[in-house]
Amino acid sequence: MQAVSNSAKEQVFQANIDADIKVEPKDWMPESYRKTLIRQISQHAHSEIVGMLPEANWITRAPSLRRKVALIAKVQDEAGHGLYLYAAAETLGIERDTLLEELHTGKAKYSSIFNYPTTTWADMGAIGWLVDGAAIMNQVPLCRASYGPYARAMVRVCKEESFHQRQGYEIMLTLSKGSEEQKRMAQDALNRWWWPSLMMFGPSDKDSSHTEQSMKWRIKRFTNDELRQRFVDITVPQAEFIGLTVPDSHLKWNEERRHYEFGEINWEEFWNVVKGNGPCNRQRLKARVKAYEDGAWVREAAMAYAEKREKRQEKVA
Amino acid sequence: MKKDWSLWEVFIRSKNGLSHKHVGSLHAADAQMAIENARDVYTRRNEGISIWVVESKHLTASSPNQAESLFDPADDKVYRHPTFYDLPNELKHI
Repeated sequence: MQAVSNSAKEQVFQANIDADIKVEPKDWMPESYRKTLIRQISQHAHSEIVGMLPEANWITRAPSLRRKVALIAKVQDEAGHGLYLYAAAETLGIERDTLLEELHTGKAKYSSIFNYPTTTWADMGAIGWLVDGAAIMNQVPLCRASYGPYARAMVRVCKEESFHQRQGYEIMLTLSKGSEEQKRMAQDALNRWWWPSLMMFGPSDKDSSHTEQSMKWRIKRFTNDELRQRFVDITVPQAEFIGLTVPDSHLKWNEERRHYEFGEINWEEFWNVVKGNGPCNRQRLKARVKAYEDGAWVREAAMAYAEKREKRQEKVA
Repeated sequence: MKKDWSLWEVFIRSKNGLSHKHVGSLHAADAQMAIENARDVYTRRNEGISIWVVESKHLTASSPNQAESLFDPADDKVYRHPTFYDLPNELKHI
């Protein structure tokens, strides 16, 4: 009986999704839909929070006040994005503490791109331009995701990301018009960030275990390879515009397909970083755990203060 | 005993003349902190001029299961809409 009614519910659920009626927190949903969303939204939230680290690394050494205020604002935005997304995940019935614990114990993943080091100032340019550019490519379709709170959070995120990408490209533009050394620095940053940025779109469609179901549920609207192709197509001319060379000897415009052809991604490197063996995986997690533990006394003090005030008010009343 | 900061729902009035609109939620130890956090999280770009915060546990929401009994009765009451009434076209301003 239970099975029959669940499959009937599932039919109604899928029919609503097919009609582009959003799913809201209290609506019935298949457990697997809920789980998929918690995994995806929390990974996304963790990525925003861990993503603050590589850039925070350069705040004190930004070359001008203008660059510094922009970078601080960007890193603050990433914190905000993490919070919108954690809040969206919590509407699915999971506690914030559980989400954080999953990040800190390494059970939950975050975007591998943040496990690469930021060794020069030009990396701030390359990250804004490429990493935020790839993120926007992924995120714009998510504004129409079937789960209401996720879609609404993504609308806010996308509005704010556009400044991130523009400030990054402006840094690259400035460096590419500068001294020989500055140009070299910009090219070096592009060389190091290009491939990891392409990897941000995830495994190739033939190896992506979640894509088919997620497309059916309209959590995803395009496949990894479709979005990756779109990113290459719009980014290559942007590199040419500032006289930089994309580090791919197979890169070639295909007039017939109206797309760029590009070389094979190093999937061994991709999976290696996903599994925790990238250049900075351990360092990033350690920094997150330390920040959380160092902040424990603040959280407790705020709670104690709130309780004290509440008691005092009770006395007066 | 470890106690977590409670969950708050945030409502923002974007400008005078418009009502407060739900924008999301956040955690805070008390109401004052909820307002301050809402300022930082939800109004970094002049999105609002006034903030309401309500502790989530104080909100009562209707359940999707009640949707039929709550909202279906309005479906067959077309006479509540102005277009239900047949009046001659020559008639003006009504």
